[in-house]
Amino acid sequence: MSGQLVVAQDLPWPPSVNDFYPPAVAGPWVTKFTLMVWLAVGLVIIFYMAAYRNPKLVPSKGQWLAESVYGLVRDNIAREQMGNAGIRFAPYFTVLFSFILVTNIFSIVPGLQISPNAHIAFPIVLSAISYVLYLAVGVRKHGLLKYLKMSLILPGVPWPMHFLLIPIEFLQNFVVRPVTLALRLFANMFAGHLLLLVFTVGGFVMLSADNLFVQVTSVFSFVMAIVMAFFEALVAVLQAYVFVTLSANYVGTSLAEEH
Amino acid sequence: MDVLALEGSINTVGYGLAAIGPGIGVALVFAAYIQASARQPESAGFNRTWLVLGFALVEALALFGLVLAFAIGG
Repeated sequence: MSGQLVVAQDLPWPPSVNDFYPPAVAGPWVTKFTLMVWLAVGLVIIFYMAAYRNPKLVPSKGQWLAESVYGLVRDNIAREQMGNAGIRFAPYFTVLFSFILVTNIFSIVPGLQISPNAHIAFPIVLSAISYVLYLAVGVRKHGLLKYLKMSLILPGVPWPMHFLLIPIEFLQNFVVRPVTLALRLFANMFAGHLLLLVFTVGGFVMLSADNLFVQVTSVFSFVMAIVMAFFEALVAVLQAYVFVTLSANYVGTSLAEEH
Repeated sequence: MDVLALEGSINTVGYGLAAIGPGIGVALVFAAYIQASARQPESAGFNRTWLVLGFALVEALALFGLVLAFAIGG
């Protein structure tokens, strides 16, 4: 019943980490991923420039879209997480959201098929910017000592507990936060690409099996690949939203008054 | 004597185990959200942010498992 799966010669099966390294386009510095990042940067810049070249009171479609994205980030993310003081961060978070969204969507665009965020380097840079941002905001607003005290020392705790709590709080605020921020985006895109590989490549592997039953069953694999592509679209939007919401939340805790 | 020989990476089993906790956690997050917004529908919009935040924080654990499954011993 299980059918001997004869793997076709050139199909990379099972999918592995090596599938995330397509051959360089030109030299080690120009890869598919750097080109995609430049493309994403270009798309975001051109989109917002075009949308606001000639703003009208009754917006055109492009202007409406740009304003919706900005409105979403400003009202539902910045204001909700940071209060009214957070609105001045809204432009940065809008750009961050748009950039992550575009690069994530690349994972299901035909021809590109992989998100640059599926490589840990890109999420690390994005999360490092958020890290520096919330540290700088906190230090600038409260001063270094007060900010450290605020983020390390919990009020209303019996003093011996601080020996336990201060290391935990330090780990939480200065180590775990940026690492999880980067890792979450990376792992989602990584897992998504792997999932799509499993179903599409697996479909071809099943199709090339020498067993009629397995060949017919490959249809389900291709159907699952299509379903997973839509699921990837959902994940792409959700992860962009989550990344920006968490960044805003961290900046919000830096902005907060002493508790 | 080999009674039963298995081949492959034990990481697969490890990731399966690692996914149990976050699976329960994500279920709890969504269950709480559904219950909260069924009892008080006007709070649904307010809770949605925290739904996504809680979901993301819990899901991160499962993703660590996935990354480690690949990072350690391929």
